[in-house]
Amino acid sequence: MNIGKILAVILILAAFAVGMVIGKGGQEEVAPAIVKSAGSGATYGAGFTAENNAFTLSGNSKSVAGPPMTDVVVVVQDGESIQQAVQDAEPGTTIQVMPGTYKETVYIDKDGIRLIGVILGGKRPVLDGEGELNDAILYSGNNIVVENFKITRYKGNGIMSQAGNNWEIRNNYIVDTGVYGIFPQLGQNGVVEHNVVSGIEDAAIYVGMSDNVHVAYNDVYDSVAGIEIENSRHAIVEANRVYNNTGGILAFITPGLPIKTTFDVIIRNNFVLSNNHDNFGAPGSTVAGIPAGTGILVMAADDVVIEGNIIKDNKNAGILVTDHSHAANVTIDPESDPNSDRVKILNNTMINNGYDPVTEIRAFMLTELKTGNPDIVSVGPTSDSCIVNRQQYITAGLADYGNCDFTNTASIGNYLLPPVPAREIKAEDRGKIAYLGICAGCHTYTGRMIGPPVQIIQALYMDNPQGIADYIVNPVKKRDDYPEMPPQDYLDEQTRLAVGEYMLGVKK
Amino acid sequence: MIERLLILTATTLLLWAGIASAETVDFRLSDNCPPSFEESAAGTCQLRTMYDFYDSVQGAGLGGTQTSLPPHRDGFSPQQIDLGRYLFFDPVLSRDATVSCASCHNPEQGFSDDLPRSRGIGDQEVARAAPTLWNTAFLNKFFWDAHATSLEEQVVGPLFASNEMGNSPEDLLATLSTIPAYQALFDQAYPQRKNGPIQLDEVYHSLAAFQTSLISLNSRYDRYAHGYHAALSAPEVEGLNIFRSFVARCAECHTPPLFTNQQVAVIGAPEPEGRPIDVGAQITYDAPELKAGFKVPTLRNIAQTAPYMHSGRFNNLREVVEFYNGGRGHAVPEGVDLQLHWHISSPDLTDYELDRLVDFLGTLTDESLKPEVPSQLPSGLAPVHDKPQANIVTTQKTSGDAS
Repeated sequence: MNIGKILAVILILAAFAVGMVIGKGGQEEVAPAIVKSAGSGATYGAGFTAENNAFTLSGNSKSVAGPPMTDVVVVVQDGESIQQAVQDAEPGTTIQVMPGTYKETVYIDKDGIRLIGVILGGKRPVLDGEGELNDAILYSGNNIVVENFKITRYKGNGIMSQAGNNWEIRNNYIVDTGVYGIFPQLGQNGVVEHNVVSGIEDAAIYVGMSDNVHVAYNDVYDSVAGIEIENSRHAIVEANRVYNNTGGILAFITPGLPIKTTFDVIIRNNFVLSNNHDNFGAPGSTVAGIPAGTGILVMAADDVVIEGNIIKDNKNAGILVTDHSHAANVTIDPESDPNSDRVKILNNTMINNGYDPVTEIRAFMLTELKTGNPDIVSVGPTSDSCIVNRQQYITAGLADYGNCDFTNTASIGNYLLPPVPAREIKAEDRGKIAYLGICAGCHTYTGRMIGPPVQIIQALYMDNPQGIADYIVNPVKKRDDYPEMPPQDYLDEQTRLAVGEYMLGVKK
Repeated sequence: MIERLLILTATTLLLWAGIASAETVDFRLSDNCPPSFEESAAGTCQLRTMYDFYDSVQGAGLGGTQTSLPPHRDGFSPQQIDLGRYLFFDPVLSRDATVSCASCHNPEQGFSDDLPRSRGIGDQEVARAAPTLWNTAFLNKFFWDAHATSLEEQVVGPLFASNEMGNSPEDLLATLSTIPAYQALFDQAYPQRKNGPIQLDEVYHSLAAFQTSLISLNSRYDRYAHGYHAALSAPEVEGLNIFRSFVARCAECHTPPLFTNQQVAVIGAPEPEGRPIDVGAQITYDAPELKAGFKVPTLRNIAQTAPYMHSGRFNNLREVVEFYNGGRGHAVPEGVDLQLHWHISSPDLTDYELDRLVDFLGTLTDESLKPEVPSQLPSGLAPVHDKPQANIVTTQKTSGDAS
């Protein structure tokens, strides 16, 4: 234990000893300022160990997609189609896109595609939806990288995913485009960094139903929500500049989604400034209920650490913690816990927040006989939440907050993982699953179905599984009384041989 | 009461007539697992699909193309599944022996029927449309209003609802026990109970077992998802991209690979002309927020199951996508206050885009594992699901009048 920490402990003990503390957490403390310094206190562990962390690429950038799977590089010139290049690409291809204007939707349903914009003399490749196209980039593959694009005038999202692990979305400039700027969804292990995102009618950066996410060094402004961590776990939001949105940084559970939890979120070292924009969210959307002027919002999320942020000039409140029942616009979900538990508010620099709070917050302050402009407001039940240096702030609803027994998260670099490997399937299982999942739909052992019985196929191919593997890629009509078999060329070579071997061994 | 006795007597007579012919058939349950199932060392059937190659966030079985499936029910024996198949097609399960499970869940109609709202015994109308049974193995909520949480719990609903199959637990058991062929089949499916009397739980269990064998995961969409992109035409891929775009947002609730997220959603779909609003899941959850909320249905084999929505308001998929395009809340009756789902928006898709959506929905059809309809039933009755409901009812009424 270092000297600073010992000192802090002694001072706190002294405060208790002289009986100046009222209430469970001591929020009525009138002792001289006892400021726990972030560098001197205990560190928050959250159960994650350093060896789980991804390696650092260069400087502060993080890599989770791993190195390119192949050396193949394809260059797309202005006037050509990015989508055509994606369609022609084998998994593992790096696609470099030269400066120019591309009016298309790019979708990637394969793995390992790196879509890299080339910036020359300040000119980027521009994806322009002209107010007509739906989304700019949409992917479902693993190990996808999207870098260096300018994206504008799409109706839906700038960059979105549906599943896919190990993604990197970096250094894109996304302006005036639709519902979400960057929306990774239902994936694990991803980085969103160095992007500039503005003019978005829902969230500029929205991480939905995902695990192990790092959102850092982004500049997000003029949107309804700056950065949202929704129904996600193990996320860090750090060193972003978030300003002039309706709400700055949000960690919450949307009820009614199929993945029901948000926990283990660290929001640290961000600039959360003047998020006072009028709410222009779509009617019925969760963010349409955010009061303008909310710096950081925690709703029903657990284990959220808020540390080292500069939170300034947010007119409603610097930090607002709430449960579902006090939030506007949310439905109910018996399978979601509606409360924000174990919220940990560490040192933050808070200046000039809460100078024009919504009526509900003003009324809530009155119930506690509080006056002044609220920095931190906590509404609804919460258990085991804590705060450091509460005496610095004007607060409401923090009576149940204890004092945190740590002051920083220095031991947690990030929650990223080495590239999450695909599920390991042994060759023999590959053959079995393909046989049962595909072949069995048309072939039974003895009986006639859509295709001939397996027994007959076995007699034909005997010791020749390769023969089956070859046939199923490019089937030819053999029997007048059976329909022609559709090609199974979507199965890779290894799986085709495995299925041939498995089929020859089937006994019933 | 007298009417009821009459019907029972009629049923018994029918049965006796049937049993005479059924006795000549030696019913034997299959000892092979259905296609796509692997028999384990313990003799139970385990589902294997190409989606076993993938993972998903929190194991929830939701995501994009290459995402694992949600947790599912399997592990029944081949015999239990096959017994369920006989029961499923046998009208003897209904009070007057006129309606089988398959009457409303017809394998030729996507395991649904072609009625806006299904019809039970005596041509009685049921409140809602029959949902498809394809891929029910993966579901954790049943009925449109999500009021049951297991297949066994679900089975009880239609069996004993007075306007569906109209039976009672006592009568059902009594009927089955009088049929020697069933006694033999239950003995084969549940050998551990050593030829004891048929139990209701065994009826529910075997019907559940059969339903879990109705797997549809090998559509052209699936081939695309596994990496064979030529499986879909260019217009169909356009449709897929509209489907998952954040303008249409279909995939936010009809999430792959099952094309449902199994949640309750309030979408504000209109009732058919003249019908009052159905409050749906409001009752299940005792929550006004969920008024007119219904379970998000799977879209697999959706092209086979017209008409659409909980009460069959829409005749085809084009009408359905037009509804979603019509603007948030446009079909909610005046004075009705609904908390509409946040993804119900006003996407303003073009006619061309709506057509592409319908194209894409057609790629979700796969009926390759459709089970065989038994040519003869243990009750001796003939399968009834391939006869129009109205005809059966007419016949019954005629014979009733005559007696």
